[in-house]
Amino acid sequence: MANEQIKLMIEDLDFYYGDFQVLEGVSLKILVNKVTALIGPSGCGKSTFLRTLNRMNDLIEGTKVDGKVLLDGQDIYDKGVDVVGLRKKIGMVFQEPNPFPKSIYENVAYGPRAHGIKDKDELDHIVEDSLKKAALWDEINDRLDQSAMGISGGQQQRLCIARALAVNPDILLMDEPTSALDPIATAKIEDLIENLKEDYTIVIVTHSMQQAARISDYTSFFLMGEMIEYGLTDKLFEKPEYKKTEDYITGRFG
Amino acid sequence: MEKSEVNQDINQQVEKEVNVGQVKMGSNDLKQKIGFAILRLSSWIMLIILAVILYDIITKGIGVINLEFLTQSPRRGMTEGGIWPAIMGTVFVTMITAIVSLPVGVFAAIYLNEYARKGKITRLIRMAIRNLAGVPSIVYGLFGLALFVSGLGLGRSILSAGLTLGLMTLPVTITASEEALKAVPNSYRQGSLALGVSKWYSIRTNVLPYAIPGILTGGILGLSRAAGETAPILFTGAAFSLPRLPSSLSSQFMALPYHLYILSTQHHSIEKVRPIAYGTALVLITLVLIMNLGAILIRAKFRNSDR
Repeated sequence: MANEQIKLMIEDLDFYYGDFQVLEGVSLKILVNKVTALIGPSGCGKSTFLRTLNRMNDLIEGTKVDGKVLLDGQDIYDKGVDVVGLRKKIGMVFQEPNPFPKSIYENVAYGPRAHGIKDKDELDHIVEDSLKKAALWDEINDRLDQSAMGISGGQQQRLCIARALAVNPDILLMDEPTSALDPIATAKIEDLIENLKEDYTIVIVTHSMQQAARISDYTSFFLMGEMIEYGLTDKLFEKPEYKKTEDYITGRFG
Repeated sequence: MEKSEVNQDINQQVEKEVNVGQVKMGSNDLKQKIGFAILRLSSWIMLIILAVILYDIITKGIGVINLEFLTQSPRRGMTEGGIWPAIMGTVFVTMITAIVSLPVGVFAAIYLNEYARKGKITRLIRMAIRNLAGVPSIVYGLFGLALFVSGLGLGRSILSAGLTLGLMTLPVTITASEEALKAVPNSYRQGSLALGVSKWYSIRTNVLPYAIPGILTGGILGLSRAAGETAPILFTGAAFSLPRLPSSLSSQFMALPYHLYILSTQHHSIEKVRPIAYGTALVLITLVLIMNLGAILIRAKFRNSDR
């Protein structure tokens, strides 16, 4: 683990909704080109934690962050950090597929367009490339101009992944991306994640321990706003160091 | 009066039922039936009132409607000729109202719904908007007289009147636009912000377009209300009689509601011009209904096309 390259280094992170403390002293390393899964019971703060990594929580009024989140050594909570630029580097996929009510093409081209790419050929290329990376191209390349609202939920979620990839991020944050999908669509997304880690660093929140075990390299267990245990996925599931982790894991499986 | 009588009737009936010692279920059933009947009646009253008004105006006004009436200026002390300048005056002043009220209303709504933090000041602004909506139109007229006509020196003109009507419809436009923005799912905002685009870009490309139908619908309804107002234009630019159309923003103008007011109360032979007054009312109400129909069509079109 020591010789792995660190992408995100979270140091002693606290997070508050008003007076209510949601995260307490979370420290964690996210390694380059690995899949890191965040698991824990509902309300443990794993999704909130994920949203601190691209500062999406900034959008909620009355929240406060203490501690550091270092992206390639630079604290993303420093004054003067360009939050908009930060979110370009750290993409996000949400729990519910949230395609925009535009055509499939326009969904993927939305980000690149926003960042100033106007050339039609270049946009075409980005759209095709992103849809291929998201394993969606073969299914829908003949109806790119149709509304994204008309494709299946699983396809919509992969479209959202393609949309995130189109702005060329380093990191992909995924907040329970398969919780609204059926098993087949879930399997497709899981396969996709396996492939994507070659190019991207992935952090995924999941309510399913089986999913974490299947797709992640590292797993981090959250409980009541604290990060209890972090380590290689295989080790965490087979020989957890802490009693709390073991209780959670065995409670679910047993 | 009628309603309370009906209520009493019900109460008596219900008491009777209970006294007779019917099963509880039966009495509830009856109560429910009566309740629904009242609800149904209340909604039918609306339809009946509209039908009566339309019937009255159409039967009394349709006789004077012809091409001359719609395209000529009034002649011989408004006893002959048409209402062309009043029609166009109302159309022009409503356009100015739209130009004033729609952009300001939409921008204010964007600020309130997308940018403003929830706090005392935002609450105060919202309270002000709600109260402005309740200010009587004659007060807007006086305010327009003081601010635009005298204060800014715009004189009694179509511009002053349009600005005054614009102010008056602003609360409606803001509220309608805010509701329309609220109806845009938050996931559109989050989805685009997560792609690293600026907030303004996200609003412009991924929120506002989906709010436009609602904004237009609400905006048009506000405008159709303004088109029929007399009080705000009374002191600010409406003319008793002008044979020609307004030639510039500083011209005075004739307007349908004011013309109607004159024909029915200020004219030297009110009885004689009564049919013309009804004809004017018919044109005005048609204009307003057309605008409302436009609003309905816009809403229906977007509702079908997006889903």
